[in-house]
Formats: sequence, C-alpha cells, structure tokens
Amino acid sequence: MSDTTQTGPMRAADGTPLKKSLARALRRQKLRALMLIAPLLIFILVTFIAPIADMLFRSVENQIVADTLPNTVRALKSWDPETGELPGEPVFAGLAVDLQTAAELKIHTKLGSRLNYESPGISSLFRQSGRKVDDIGKEFQKRFVALHPAWKSGETWAALMGSDEWLEQARGWSRDQGPEPRFRLRKSAANALPRTGEVYLAFARDVQGTGRKAVSAEKPWPVLFTALAQDLGQASPEDIAAIDGPAAPLVQQAAAAISSFEPYSYRDAFIQMDKAWGEIGTWEVIKLYSPRYTPAYFLNAVDLELTPHGIEPAPENERIYLKLFWRTLWMSLLITFCCLALGYPVAWLLANLPSSKSNLLMILVLLPFWTSLLVRTSAWKILLQQQGVINDVLVWLGLIDDANRLVMINNKFGTIVAMTHILLPFMILPLFSVMKTIPPTYLRAAKSLGATPWTAFWRVYFPQSVPGIGAGSILVFILAIGYYITPELVGGTQGVFISNRIAYHISTSLNWGLAAALGSILLAAVLVLYYTYDKIVGIDNVKLG
Amino acid sequence: MFDDKTGADAAFVEFDRVQKSYDGETLVVKDLNLSIRKGEFLTMLGPSGSGKTTCLMMLAGFETATSGEIRLAGRPINNIPPHKRGIGMVFQNYALFPHMTVAENLAFPLEVRGIGKSEREEKVKRALDMVQMGDFAGRRPAQLSGGQQQRIALARALVFEPELVLMDEPLGALDKQLREHMQFEITRLAHELGITTVYVTHDQTEALTMSDNIAVFNDGRIQQLAPPAVLYEEPMNSFVAQFIGENNTLLGTVKEIKGDTCLVQLDHGELIDARPVNVSKPGDRTRVSIRPERVETNKARLQPGAHTLKAQVLEFIYMGDIFRTRLRVAGNDNFIVKTRNAPDQVRLQPGTEIEIGWLPQDCRALDA
Repeated sequence: MSDTTQTGPMRAADGTPLKKSLARALRRQKLRALMLIAPLLIFILVTFIAPIADMLFRSVENQIVADTLPNTVRALKSWDPETGELPGEPVFAGLAVDLQTAAELKIHTKLGSRLNYESPGISSLFRQSGRKVDDIGKEFQKRFVALHPAWKSGETWAALMGSDEWLEQARGWSRDQGPEPRFRLRKSAANALPRTGEVYLAFARDVQGTGRKAVSAEKPWPVLFTALAQDLGQASPEDIAAIDGPAAPLVQQAAAAISSFEPYSYRDAFIQMDKAWGEIGTWEVIKLYSPRYTPAYFLNAVDLELTPHGIEPAPENERIYLKLFWRTLWMSLLITFCCLALGYPVAWLLANLPSSKSNLLMILVLLPFWTSLLVRTSAWKILLQQQGVINDVLVWLGLIDDANRLVMINNKFGTIVAMTHILLPFMILPLFSVMKTIPPTYLRAAKSLGATPWTAFWRVYFPQSVPGIGAGSILVFILAIGYYITPELVGGTQGVFISNRIAYHISTSLNWGLAAALGSILLAAVLVLYYTYDKIVGIDNVKLG
Repeated sequence: MFDDKTGADAAFVEFDRVQKSYDGETLVVKDLNLSIRKGEFLTMLGPSGSGKTTCLMMLAGFETATSGEIRLAGRPINNIPPHKRGIGMVFQNYALFPHMTVAENLAFPLEVRGIGKSEREEKVKRALDMVQMGDFAGRRPAQLSGGQQQRIALARALVFEPELVLMDEPLGALDKQLREHMQFEITRLAHELGITTVYVTHDQTEALTMSDNIAVFNDGRIQQLAPPAVLYEEPMNSFVAQFIGENNTLLGTVKEIKGDTCLVQLDHGELIDARPVNVSKPGDRTRVSIRPERVETNKARLQPGAHTLKAQVLEFIYMGDIFRTRLRVAGNDNFIVKTRNAPDQVRLQPGTEIEIGWLPQDCRALDA
C-alpha cells in the first residue's frame, strides 16, 4: 500500500524503522534464550575457557624474573654478555636489594625453581644465597647505627617513610581497633630515595599483611639499609633537602656522612657468598629470561633452546618432544584406523540386524563403556603381560617358547591395543547412527541394477556412510591424541604420548610454562588437522547422529 | 524394442507352486501359480500383508522361495543372485542414490555392466529424454520433487533395457494429480517399449487403469487373475467383489438354479434373480453383489418380469458428476446407488419410497 511509494528504509506501522522495531521485538526473546543457557555458559567460561586461556598465557608468560629482581633486570639492560665480562657493580647492587627483599618475602626460591628449568643448579644458588644475603644488609645497618643509634628503631623508619597523614592515623591506633590504617609513603622521601621507598613499601605491606604488629613496632629489614645507602649515594642534594617530616634531620645527617663510608663491593660480597655469581653463565640466564614474555617454553617444546647466542637445537640427549609429538600423531592415526577397521562391520551389523539381536549387540558394545577406564586398562595389563593370559595360552599351545614370551605391554603395541579397545565405542556409535539412516533399499536397488554385492557396497553404501566415518574418526583421533591414562599405564617408555609429558610437567617437574607450551602446540595441531579435514572432507559431512 | 523370441502367448515369467514362509510356521505365500506373457502389464493387487510384495521380492531375488520354482524366459532363477537376473526395479521410495547426480544414478547400471563411456552417456541421455527429464542430469536427487524423482527412478530401471521391470508401489508417495499423470506415463512407456511389467499396488484404481491383467492377492493366494474389466464386472468371489470398487451385498439362500440364473431368497424375505457364480445347489448360503451403478431406479428401463425390491431413500449426496444415494433395501441401510448427473435424472428426496431393480447378469450370487 503506502510501502510501495515510500522511499528509504521500511517503516513499521508506528513510524519507527522496521529494522529497529524488529530488533526490539526480538530482543526479549534473545534475552530469554540467553538466560536459559546462562548457567551452562558461565559454567563453561569459569571452569573451561578461563583455565585454558590462563594455561595458554602461561606458555609465554615470564613475569617472575622482572617482578622479583626489578632493579637487577633494569641494571642488566646495559650489560652485553658478548663482552665476556661480568656485569658491573650497579647490577650487583640491584641484586643485593632485590634478593634480600625476595628472601624476606620468601619468594626467591620460586624464582630459583623457574630459572632452574633453563639452567639446572640455579635453584640451589638462589636458595643458598637467600640465606646469606642479609649479611650485606647487616653490614650497612652497622654503619648507619654507628652514625646514629635511632636507625635501629622501627619508629625512625616509619617516621622517615610514612606520610604525615598516615603517621597521624597510626599514632592513635591500637590493635583492638582492627587492622592498622593502610600504610602510605611520604612523597618527598619516595622521590629522593626510590629504592628505599619500594623496599619499605614491601616491608610495610608484609607487616600489615600479617597484622601482628604495628609497622613502626617491627624491626626494620636489613635490606632497607642497603637500599638507603644506595639511594643516598645517588640522590641529589636538593631532593635530600626536600625530605620533610620528623626524621628529616636524621636522613640529612646520613646523607652528609655517606661519602665517608668505607667503599663496599657488592660484587665481591656476592662472589664470596657463592662462586656461581662470578660466572658469566648465571648472568646470561638471568638476562635471557628477564623479559616479561618469552618464547623459551615453545622453543623447548620443539627441542630448541634459547641461548644468549640465539636459538639452538637442544642437546641430543634432551630432544624428546618432537619425537613424542610425532609418535602421538602416528599412533593416534593408527588407533583411529584400527577402530575404523574393527568398528565398521560391527556398526553395520548393529544397523542391519533385527532389533532383538542388535539390541543385544549394542549392550555388548556399550558394556565396556560403562566399565571404569582404569579397570579396562588394568584388564589389558593382565592379558598382555609376559606372565599374562595371552602369553600363557600361546606357550601352552606350543606356539611360542617359554623363554621367548612376547613383549606386548609397556610398549607401543600395548598402548595401541588398549586404546583401540577403549575408543572403539566412540567409532561405532557415530557410524551406527549414520548407518541406521541408510535404508536397505539402496543396496537392493544397486543389486537390482546389476551391481555385485561388493560393488553395491562400495559404490552405494560406503559413500553414504562416509559422514559416520568422518565423525567417528575425528572423535577417536582427537580423543586419542590427548589420551593420558592408558598410555601412562600400559605404554611403558616407548608407548607414552605427549600428554603424559604434559602431565609430568604439570604435576612433577612443576614446569607449567613448558606444559602449557606443549599443550598449546597440541591444541594448535588438532585445530590445524581439523581445518584440513574440513577442507578435504567438509565438516558438514560429519554426522554424529 | 525387444525381439519376441518366445512368442506372444508363451509364459515369460512363471511362478510354479511357489510357497514362502519366513518363520517356518505360517505361509505368507501359499501355492502361487502365475504366468505372465511377454509384454504384459500385470498388477499384483491386494491389501497389505496379502503376500504381493513378497512375490515381487522373490521375483527380484531379494527373497528366496521356500518351495516351488520361479522361471524367467523358461529358465529357473531360484538360485540366480539378484544382480544377475537383469530385472529392472522401481522401489517404493525410489531409492535414488543420494550421493550421485541424476546422470550418475542412471549411468550406474550401465557402468557395472562395463558399457563404455560414450555409449553410456548416449543411453543416459536417451533415458532422460524418455521421461522428459533431460535438463536435470546434473542435479542431485534431493533437489528434485517427488514426481521428478519418480521419473528418474523409472528411467534408471529402464536404462539398461531390461526385459522385465518390477515396480513396488512406485506412486504411493505422490499426490493424487501427479499419481494419475504418472500412471499414464508408466503405462505409455511400458507399452511403447514392449516391456513386461509386474506392478504391485494396493490402490485398486491404479490397478484398473494401468494393467493388462490384475492378480488380486489375499491371504497368500491369488483370488482372481483377470483383465480389469472382467475383474470389475465379474468378480469370482466375494473378496474380489468387495475389494475392487464399491459393492452392495445382500445375504440370502439359493432357492433354485436354472442355467445361468438363480433365484435367491434374501434373509429379509424378498426374492431376487441373480447369476450363480460360486453357488452350486439350492440351499447354499450366498452373498449377492450388485455394483451401485448397475442398480436401476427407473422401473421403465427394467426387463418385464424382473424382480424388484422396495427401497427407502435415506440420503442423497450430490457429487458433481454423479449422484450417490443411500437406501434401505432388504434391511441393509448401506445400499448405495450411483446415478449419472444427466439432465433427465431424478434427484431422489430422502424419505421417499421407491422400487429398484437390476438385470440378473449384474447381480452375482457369490460365496457367503
């Protein structure tokens, strides 16, 4: 009617654009649908997507070095390992502050374990140094206390570093009022003494975190004196003069006296603590892993190494991952093929037998499905082992010699047999559901047209069952490529999959980054295969039922 | 299209005392004897479960006869597997291969026979043209309508030039108009090509319009084998009479038989003339059957001395080309009379009493 003469967008009866009014009409419906799936969506997001994303992130994440040794990492930037010389005094000075702080916070061992993946032995270096490193702080503490005994007191430090406002609040505080007011840095002090400010902030947060004592009542960390000495040595006189607050005279006195301090070599102190600090390799590793993101885990996952001299192949005896990936791939393909070869006739019988018989067969197919995976795998152990049922029967039949019993378990054969058995239902069920929809008249029609039973099957029945083969194969292959328990139990060393290695890094070596990198590669490989499969077979041709 | 080697009247397909049992306890097909001439269009008609499809499947080779012999062109085929019988078949749901195009579907029987590519293409094209589907060679079956699929299925069954084509309720899934059109197409093709056709249906109209001969199946036996007109007009027993077309039946007892007429006393008391079909002696119970269109309501048209019956009009239904009148006759409330919608035809008013009669040869005394 009027629509025919109208130009521009279509309009609803009330004059609003039709698109808008349609969207509005559908919005409620969409919202309701969204609310219905919301529980599942949230569940999946929280328990599945988020952890996976986190794990993927872990494969490149390397915050721990920069977070734990911020001053060291900053100072290391200007160091070139190619010169063959140890890093300079500023690096060791930074390390002195960082390591003491980390030791106080008890996070230095974590960093040690992290770097230990890259260079074995660093873990113990960090652990042992962590125990001794506060000797450095105590040395400076002695010097400051000699300057003025007030430096020994926590109150002096609180007065120096705390803001006036916080000092006011903290003065009236007693424990029964609840937690102490949150510590705030004095701006002028933090500006003049940046390292001291950072360390004191960490100290105050640590004390307030435990909540046992007031910040001013806690004995100051020795590292504070190291940081203060370093800051005073570098601070400009104006900044020092600008420090205000009750402890200002004390720090100004110290600043004046700092040049009279006996020279102190941080480097010597560290090398004395552990010879490893004097080795260039230690510093190379720290510098190499100081960026916040690293490709090292991925390189390790493909048998490469990140070295100061670039990317290099891992030592011969450590190259296992590529081999494992390759093995996982071809064994999964072989298992998929075995499942198809064994499952196809069964699915055909299931689809074509009269229902009384096919129901019985279906129960036989599903029965193992309802049995615990562990039980089934253990059953294979009993059957396949050298003193097991199969070997016993073969020996009894005289087919093999008692001395030459077949090795059928703890190798690839065992893994393939057990996994084929376990994954068989995943092949049979999609095949069955597709075959069920192929009417038997097609075969009859083909035969009536003159095709032999084989031609009829191959030209008419088989092509129509391809969607089932596709679905079953992709299901079995993807399950197989990530399988863990069965290879772990029956695979020995020769039959394990990449997932066993991932599990090892997750739960035993605790190298989560490498585990995440291996997992990411596995995920990517599956996605690539899936994509290729889609290109070749077409995912529309996959029917799960 | 085919040379007639055996002569027009010699049996091309023969069922010789064929029996079939699936479970070893009951016979689905009981003692079947049937011979089909070359070029004949034979329809197996019967209710579901009457054994007609089983017979077809035995002929095609998908079921084996439990006993008896099936011969094709004089050769026993009991032990020949279906793919070597060379019989074309059209299935109920067409059974077109969904993963092949129309042309590939048609080429399939030629391919498995090892026919060369160029000859194959030519034959496929000819077969498609034959069913007026030449433009659809590249389509998939799923892209075709039911009627088009039907034509393709037909073309596929004919493309390898079989001498015998079997059709298992091929038109069951089509709507009425298309079905009527395809009935005509199939008969035309069958006669043009001179193919022997065995057609299974439960639709009697289909059977009547298409066939040279109809075998009416019931209870595993052929009840009557006859051309459509004979079957309709001279049913040999009350099952056939009931199954083919509409029928009025009245129960009674034979009083006397005189040559080709007999006198029947109805249970309601009236006496009528009838033609004895399967009654043998006076005193036999009989079911007399009269086609609704053979009942005469105009007394002037009856032979003098013919028996008439009193009838009460219960219902008058106007159906366009015909009038359908329901009467109460001899205690039967479902006595139907069909009259042509002619200008002089009287439209009977419900409630009026009339007299009806018929020619004795139209009233058949059958088994009770």
